[in-house]
Order: sequence, then structure tokens, then C-alpha cells
Amino acid sequence: MGPGFAKWIITVAFCWLIQIASGNSVEQKIYVELNNTVPCVRLLNATHQMGCQSSISGNTGVLHMLETDSDLDIILRTGPHAPYMVLMDAGFFNSSIMLRMKNSTRIAGVAVVIPNSGPLEGFSPHNTCPNQHTGVYSDSYGPRLADCNGTIWNRLGNGLSFEDFKFPIFSLKDDNQTGVIRKCVSDHNMGVNGSTPAFPLCAMQLFSHMHAVTSTATCMRRNDIQNNYSLNPETVCDPLGDYNVWAPLRPINSTEKGHKANESVVVAATRLDGRTFFWDIATGAEGTVAGFVTLLAASQALKLTARQAPPPRNILFAFFQGEAFDYIGSSRMVYDMENNNFLIDLENVHSVLEIGQVGLRRGSELWLHTDPVSRRNDTSVNTEVEKLLKNMTSVAAALSLSLAEPNATQPLPPSSFQRFLRSRQIPGVVLADHQSAFNNRYYESVYDNAAYLNVTYPSDLTPEEQLVFVTDTAKALAEVATLVARSLYLQAGGEDSQLDNITADPNIVTQLLYGFLIQSNNSYFRSLTNPEDKSLLESQAPQYYVGVPITANTIKRSTRMVQYLLANYIGNPTSLNQSKCQDPSGMPGESKELYSYLWVRGANGSEPSPFCVRSTVRRTHAISPAFELKQYDSQTYSTWTESRWKLIRARIFLVASHELEMLTLGVGLAVLLLSLFVTYFVSTKADLIFAPAQESTGTAY
Amino acid sequence: MTLAVFFGCAFIAFGPAFALFIFTIAKDPLRVIILIAGAFFWLLSLLLSSLVWFIAVKASNAEDTSLQRGLLIFGVIFSVLLQEVFRYAYYRILRKANEGLAAISDDDSSTISVQQMAYVAGLGFGIMSGAFSMINILSDSLGPGTVGIFGDSQYYFITSAFMTLALTLLHTFWGVVFFEGCEKSRWWVIGVVVTLHLVVSCLSLLNPLYSGSLPPVYVIMVLMAIWAFFSAGGSLSSITQLCSRRMSDVNSS
Repeated sequence: MGPGFAKWIITVAFCWLIQIASGNSVEQKIYVELNNTVPCVRLLNATHQMGCQSSISGNTGVLHMLETDSDLDIILRTGPHAPYMVLMDAGFFNSSIMLRMKNSTRIAGVAVVIPNSGPLEGFSPHNTCPNQHTGVYSDSYGPRLADCNGTIWNRLGNGLSFEDFKFPIFSLKDDNQTGVIRKCVSDHNMGVNGSTPAFPLCAMQLFSHMHAVTSTATCMRRNDIQNNYSLNPETVCDPLGDYNVWAPLRPINSTEKGHKANESVVVAATRLDGRTFFWDIATGAEGTVAGFVTLLAASQALKLTARQAPPPRNILFAFFQGEAFDYIGSSRMVYDMENNNFLIDLENVHSVLEIGQVGLRRGSELWLHTDPVSRRNDTSVNTEVEKLLKNMTSVAAALSLSLAEPNATQPLPPSSFQRFLRSRQIPGVVLADHQSAFNNRYYESVYDNAAYLNVTYPSDLTPEEQLVFVTDTAKALAEVATLVARSLYLQAGGEDSQLDNITADPNIVTQLLYGFLIQSNNSYFRSLTNPEDKSLLESQAPQYYVGVPITANTIKRSTRMVQYLLANYIGNPTSLNQSKCQDPSGMPGESKELYSYLWVRGANGSEPSPFCVRSTVRRTHAISPAFELKQYDSQTYSTWTESRWKLIRARIFLVASHELEMLTLGVGLAVLLLSLFVTYFVSTKADLIFAPAQESTGTAY
Repeated sequence: MTLAVFFGCAFIAFGPAFALFIFTIAKDPLRVIILIAGAFFWLLSLLLSSLVWFIAVKASNAEDTSLQRGLLIFGVIFSVLLQEVFRYAYYRILRKANEGLAAISDDDSSTISVQQMAYVAGLGFGIMSGAFSMINILSDSLGPGTVGIFGDSQYYFITSAFMTLALTLLHTFWGVVFFEGCEKSRWWVIGVVVTLHLVVSCLSLLNPLYSGSLPPVYVIMVLMAIWAFFSAGGSLSSITQLCSRRMSDVNSS
């Protein structure tokens, strides 16, 4: 408190003088700002806080490179310069080392250099049983299957994402700046022949102070207090959430909510989000993208046949957001259905087909996961499930795909379908590439990226050539998409004879994979989106962490992208002009109650040919019902919130030795005292020193 | 612990100026006024020279490094000349205002001699220029970092503080010598002051060799101190007189 406060006073006092000089060159001589960093931030749920934070003025420590076990010993026990800022390669970023550091007081922070590909043995910072407490299995529903008793889904999960670290952890990309840090460390912090290095030493400062503490219940209470009593309220945490994207194949009137007579809907569901240990990086190739790309391709494959020979039942394509955080999106949709706040209610849901992780099939079979409890309890459900399984197996046989069912007592993997089952016994299947434990060795980690999904291109291709290059992954996913589309058509009551007309196009799948894994700013995505929506497309891989809405109206890029693509795939172009596209009321055949309208760029060669797409695609809030109900300690619904912060910043610099600092202070005091003494002496004797004829002056000493 | 560096550097840079202010200025309101006005005149000169510098930089090609270097040298020289012009202007005004100053003081005893005015005005110049050269550095000395990540000397802060100390005192001595030169119309004195000021300022162009410019500056400072001492009316005899007095005090006690 003492020195910090004094420092604050001094800083404020000289603030006006500092402002006089713009572009402070002294600061540039001292600090190297690190721009390419991503911090780990604090997340909270009903009971815990987790993640990382620094002190309010940043954590500073001497950098030490963690390369061997002896380095660990220096950092944690013997090194003289504690607290240390640990610079490590991703290989050391595992639970045993991180938990030892967590319990040490000698750690100021950690910077992890993240390479492009993960360790061979796998790495998952998630826990072993994802969404353990908010799935369907509990003491009252299949108690023997609760808490992953039956199957450990994520065997490699080390739970780091759920630890609460008292120091900041930043990730660095392996690039030039990492080289600068390494050079600084090797120049200054490496003692000759293993001796203790001499000052000045290279140090790092990390700022990631978090405003929220303890739990969602606590931080939401503080938000309320701020909102009620403060003139300029400062929110300390925000609920995670975004929007679900969904579209019925045949339009359903949106003016009336709740149960629809004569409507029977097959729900085709998948998830739109993932997460990692670090805040805003979640490429989720296998965990997220493979699933929703498959469903998008399936919707595109279904469109023509569904128009020419419409099946008796409707199909609802649903893309759920926030599923990584205790099923935010699906629990909200089910909640809305239960409260007659959605187009249909649960009675209207005929069955559910969910696409799980399907990208790592690698030639072997796909697995059809079903819920043993509802099948055992309810014979009608069992019959419907059997029928769905039979449909899918017959479709697969025609595609020469092999499908298999896991052990009949195995529970469902973590899936949105579980949230439907919590409310009603609905027949359904989860399609995935794993029999029991995930094939995904990098579940919810930064290494679950394009390279892991084998979406790689020959090195001599330009971006536009890469876009249309059909990868093996795209071919494999197109097969899965065909399977999904045909199964949905059969499940909706369509005719067997039409099945051959439904085939997903590998060319489309490969462009989708490129857009969602490499960069969304490509000619294909440009042609399917609104050209005026400048912020939509980016020249890097989109991130799928659900995050919090920055303002009330912001929607995640990936959500909007999926919305545009789905609209193009199942909707139809119209002749409306741009202004009519925004408000088509009054035009013959158009209705805002049945359809939504999107203006897209279109493509005629490389020239834009914009038009208005009419589709049934809509999006609804994916904010957990717990926040609607203000049950911040809810056991039923997701209660995840993200803390707010003021400053995320990382910089490196040199620190001087204590001796030099004390020497400076000592010299300063000596100069001050000496000059006081000499001046006093001279000024008292001034009359004598300077000639009496000229009156006294006190010129110097 | 970089608070230690902050206070250390602050004491080094401003300790002597502080002591001079406390024991020789603060008691007399007239001297305080002259000191503040002197500081203000130095500020005016800086304002003008920075205006010219700003226009020159904006009007020139920023990529041309040799041109920018040339502009920097031009800026230093121009600023020094302008400071000396303002010193002369301040001298003229003080001479003119001397009678007025005498009038506003209550009793005749506190009227001020030209030597005193010269010293106080010089200290005003010195304090303000010292503050401007040091404040930025002081604010960064709070840390947590220290200079050196790009290979600069780690003694940057302490050498800067000593440089500021020298600059403050030099301005004081220059003030004394300059005013005496004006008073006695010895224009070569003024020429020497301007030249030395130019030399000291141009030594900073040797940066980043911070400690390299310290010894010559301190040599100049000592020489100027001796000169100022004599021009303020000091003499060798007065010092020996003082020493002998002290000796006799010691002997008698």
C-alpha cells in the first residue's frame, strides 16, 4: 500500500508535466510492448471462480526460461530472484507443473509459447467429463450413468481450464516478438557456466486484473447494487451468451408462439462454439467446425429435393451457441419451448438427430449414440429410436459408410440432445466419430485447429486456389453430410426413391472448411454475405469462444456467418431491391412473419450481383435461462459469466539491481545534504566572502 | 523498489537548486518574484523554439534521417541562441524595472543589487530548464523497468540526474557572468557564455553516450563557478580571510 500509494500520488502530481511531452522516448528505451498475446481471463460459475488474474498494477517478475526440470527447481525453490515470470514452451504447460506453480508463492506469472501443433500424446485443458452436472444423467435419471460413471468422455482432460490461478498466464504466438523475449533472456538472464546471472536482468510485466470474484452469484449481486445505487454503474461480470441460429425447412408462422397443431418437427442440431484455456482463441476444428459444417452442407443438399418432394414432417436446423459452457444455447431453446416462447413446443418435436464430433473418422466407422434410459423406460421411444437407427443404417449402406452402435448401456456423450431429454422423452441419435472416449486428442484446446483436422493445402497454392482445393477431410465430411441429409429426409417421412437426389457437394464442404478454419475473408463467403457488413469477414481463422456481447446488439461473427450461409442454402433469391429487402411488407407473396430477408452480394464471376434472399433462418438469444430467472446459483442452467477488466497488457524490460537503486538513493541524499550544508554555510558567510562594496549574493559554493 | 531511484535522481537533480532556493531566495519576496519571472522567460524561449522546431519537422520529410539529424542540430543551436536572447531581454527588463521594484519593497534595505538579480534570474532559468530536462525521465524512473533492453547504459537515470544538476548550476553561473557582461558592456563575456552554452548543449548530441558528456560539462561548470565567484565580488583574499577566521575560531575555542 505504502509505496504504491506514494507512487500514485507522484504519478498524478506530475501528470500534467508528462502530458507536455508527447511520444515519450524514454519509455521506448525501457519497454518492449508485446502485442500478440492472449491472456487467460477469469470465468465464474455458480460456485467457483476460475482462470487467472494479475494484481491491479500488474505482476512483474524476472524472466526464467523453463526448459529442464532443473529450471523448475530454480524457479520453485532455489533461484535468488523470486518471484519469477516463467517463460515456457507448450510442452511444459501441463497439469502437474502448473499445479505445482499454482501452489508456489515464487511465481509472478507465466507466458506460454504456443506452437501450431500440439503434443503427440494429446492435451486437453477441459475436464474429463464435459458439462458434468447439466446433462441429463443425474441421481433421478440413470443414476448409474451420472458423472461419467459409465464412460470417461475426455480421458486426456486435465482440468486446467477449471483451476483458479492467482497469477496471470498469457499465451504468445511463436513469432518475432517471442524471438525478442528469448534474446532478452539469453542476453541478460543466463549466468556464465550456470552461475547466478548479474543485474540488470530481463523481466516481464503482465496486466490482467479481473473485477469479478468468488462466483456468479456474488458478481451479479454486485452488478445489481451498482445498477441500482451508482450514478455511473460499473459492471463487474457479464453472462456468457450470444445467439442460436435455426431454420425450419418449411416456414412456420412466427406470430404465434407455442404449440402448433399438425406440426411434427425433426430437429437437426449441432453446436457452434468451443473454448480453450486462453480467452479468445478457440479454433475448435474437430470439436465445433466439423459438426456445423456437416450440418450446413446437409441443409444445402436437402434443399432441392425438399422443395420438389416435400416430406410430411418439417425439419428444424438448429445451431446452438455456448454449448461448451453447460449447454447455454440448447437449454435456452428448450426453456423457450417449455414456456411457449418459441415457434413450436417440445410436443412438436418428433425426434432429434445431433451431429457431434465427426471430423476424425479416418476411414473407420461412425457411431450412433442413443440414450439407454429413455429407451428402456418408454417402449414407444425405443421403437422410434430403432426406426431412426434402421433408417440411418440403410442410408449408410447405400453410401458404403459403416455405422455402429456402442454398447446398449452406454450413455449419451455430452450433447445438446441431453437438454431435450431432461424435459421430455424424445427419440434421438447423436452421430459421432468415437465409440466411447473422444477421438479428439485436443478437446477444447488451442491445438484443435485446421492442421489437426488435416485441412492442409499444397504449399504452392494461392488463397483462391486453396479455397477450391478439395481436401480429403472435405470429401469425408461430405459423405457424412450426405448421410445426415438423407437420414433427415427419411426421418421426416420422405420417400426412399428420392434419396439418390440428395448428395452433399465436397466442393462446398471444402470451401466451408476453408472459410471457417483458415480465413473467412474469401470470395465464396463474400458472395454469400452482405457486402456492407464490413466487420463480418476476417483474414484469419474465426474463433468460436462464445464470449459476452460487447454491446446489447453485437452478434458473434461466426453466428452471423452461419446465419448467412444457412439462408443461402435453404432460402431462395427474390427480386426485391435493397430497401424492400429490409422491409418487404406489402409485397405479394412476401411475409416477415414467415420469412426473414437478407441482402447478399452474390457473385457473377468476380463481379457482385447482389440480391435479396428469402429464407426461414432466424436467430434467438442464447443467454442462459438462469439469468432470465435471476437464479445465479442455479444447478439446472448454465451460470457462466466472464469477469470484466480494464487492461490487458504485456511488456518486457530490464530491472536494475537493488544495490544500484540504493546507490542512486544514497548519492541523491548525499548531494541533497551536502548542498543544504554548503549553501547554508556560504549564505551565512556571504558578507565576508563577497566584497563588502558589492552587496551579498549567494552564488553557489 | 524503483521508488529509490526516483527519489535518488530527484535529490541529485534538484537538491542543490532546492537548497539555494531555501537559504537564499525564499526569505525575500522580491527574489521570489524575480526567480519566477526568470523561469517564465525561459519557458517563453522554449515555447518559441519548440514552435519553430515543430513547424520545421512537420514541413520536412520524416523519412530522411540525415535531414532530421540536421534539423535536430539546428533546433538545439536555435534554442540555445533564443534562450540567450531571452536572457538579454530579461536583463533589459530587470534594469528598467529596478526602480519600480525598489518602490514596491517596504524598506530600502531589501532593494536588490544587479549581482543578486543576476544570480536569482540565472537560478530561475536553471530550475525551469532542469525541470524540463528531468521530469519525463523522473516519471519513467518509477519503473518497474530500467533503461537497457536495447543495449543502452543502465546508468542512464543517474547520469541524466547529474546532467540536470550541472545544467541548473551552469544556468545560474551563466546568469551571473552574463549580467555582469551586460552591465559593464563587455560583449566578449556574453560571447563566451553563448559559446559555452552551445558547447554544453551540443555535447548532448553525442547521446547515447550519456556518461561521455558528463566530464566536459563538469569541467565547464567548475570553470564557470570560479568565474562567477569572482564576478560576483568574491576574491581569494576573502576566502583566506574566512579560513583564517575559522582557524582562529577553532584555536580560541
